[in-house]
Amino acid sequence: MVTKLRRRYGSGVREASTYLGENYLVLESSITLETLQVLRDDEFDYCVDITAVHYPSREKQFDLIWILYSFARNERIRVKTELADGESFPSSTEIWPTTNWLEREVFDMFGIRFDGHPDLKRILLPDGWKGYPLRKDYGIIQQDQEWVQINLGIESGQ
Amino acid sequence: MTKDPAAYLSHLEAGEPDKTFLDSNELIINMGPQHPATHGVLRVILKLDGEKVLGTECVIGYLHRGVEKIAENRTYTMFNPYVDRMDYVAAVSNGLGYCEAIEKLLNIQAPPRANYIRVILTELNRIASHQLWLGTHALDIGAMTPLFYTFRDREEILKIFEKYCGARLTTHAFRIGGCQYETYEGFEQDVKKYVDFLPPKINEYEELLTTNRIWVERTRSVGKISAADCKALGVTGPVLRASGVKWDLRKAQPYAAYSEFDFDIPTGQNGDTYDRYLVRMEEMRQSLRIIRQAVERIPEGPIMAKVAKVMKPPAGEIYHSIEAPKGELGYFVVSDGSTQPYRVRVRPPSFVNLQALDVMVRGQLVADVIAVIGTLDIVLGEVDR
Repeated sequence: MVTKLRRRYGSGVREASTYLGENYLVLESSITLETLQVLRDDEFDYCVDITAVHYPSREKQFDLIWILYSFARNERIRVKTELADGESFPSSTEIWPTTNWLEREVFDMFGIRFDGHPDLKRILLPDGWKGYPLRKDYGIIQQDQEWVQINLGIESGQ
Repeated sequence: MTKDPAAYLSHLEAGEPDKTFLDSNELIINMGPQHPATHGVLRVILKLDGEKVLGTECVIGYLHRGVEKIAENRTYTMFNPYVDRMDYVAAVSNGLGYCEAIEKLLNIQAPPRANYIRVILTELNRIASHQLWLGTHALDIGAMTPLFYTFRDREEILKIFEKYCGARLTTHAFRIGGCQYETYEGFEQDVKKYVDFLPPKINEYEELLTTNRIWVERTRSVGKISAADCKALGVTGPVLRASGVKWDLRKAQPYAAYSEFDFDIPTGQNGDTYDRYLVRMEEMRQSLRIIRQAVERIPEGPIMAKVAKVMKPPAGEIYHSIEAPKGELGYFVVSDGSTQPYRVRVRPPSFVNLQALDVMVRGQLVADVIAVIGTLDIVLGEVDR
């Protein structure tokens, strides 16, 4: 599988290895969606999760991670790509419908936009909330004072 | 408003959607967030044509507490009790998943005795979770008696938890590296007694429901979902198994001590609410089978692995998942080598399964929405985290 991808994309596959028995791929963002489709066609028919990690000191601040599983092979693989702040990524809802809510959650918590998502809006936080809580620069005490004042009628939620 | 009867009849015969009294085809109504049948604070916006559901949209987040953000500001040990507050009816499973994830990251193994205690408590918790599901699900559909039966029997499990660790619901039963507490005196007897006590009670639940005509009418062919749809939507747990997929993480990728026990994975064929009911009933019996084997063969020995007081897992990231009563519960943990996790992501089964609601209720009746919310077995604490 990895050799096949390497042959096709060359240096687009930046890393393919195993950590503590778990396989993962690190890819250039330009080939990631295509690779996801290839993996989907290669029996990775269950997208377990999509999540992101924020590294504010890096030039490309976000890691975007897919966790995939294949029922036929009983195997997991993680696909990872890096995105800069403000950069969007094509939605994979066409590949796995389950990613609809998962991508909405990533958007809600990190502010990463997914192009072509059918209904990209906040899912857990109220519409119109300011800031993206799981970014490292969002302090845990920080909150949307204005929202609290208007909607809950209290001075501060702290 | 008068309707021309002839025109109305031809419109009916043509199979066009029936118009409501407002003379429009569609009606949008709101269900929840405070509604007894939504099992917490779930709001569902329904688009209806008369009684028929054309589409739904879930509005969630009312119980959002920012669990993942909290994790980044706590040490690995301090975060442990927080995970119990997600799926609070199956807190032991949550704790098991988290502890095993961190153990994987630290590259340590819980000792065999600890693993057996973990299996016993987790399976008891699975039964408790299914009992709570059965009681409330039946109540939603209109059968009141099963609720009293299941809560009566669930109480005995909670008593065992209370004797073991002092808590009934949010147990915090396990620690990273094993278990904090040795079993209390008489633990084995209590568990054995329960394993003998429950099977006739499960038969009792089944007598009330399995061939009950109202129950069958309300559940059979309701909220059908195919195996292909389940996989595409990431639906796991009893819902997936009821659609005919024989997949259970306890067998597929065994964790704790599950590889040492004999048990079957019950499956259904139709993927409807009735099959999901049967699958969960059988799962309770299989859990009892596992508990019986575990309690008979429980080894002696230490219950904690050697773990540093201050945990500093090497930098890296792992994903570990277990079969929670609701489906695949996963933890994705990123360590930067410090005492606090850099990122903890919880893959909640209820959240992902709830997404299937729309597919399952389209074309069905409003009353079936209630049945389907019940059969998905969601816990809003876990959906919203």
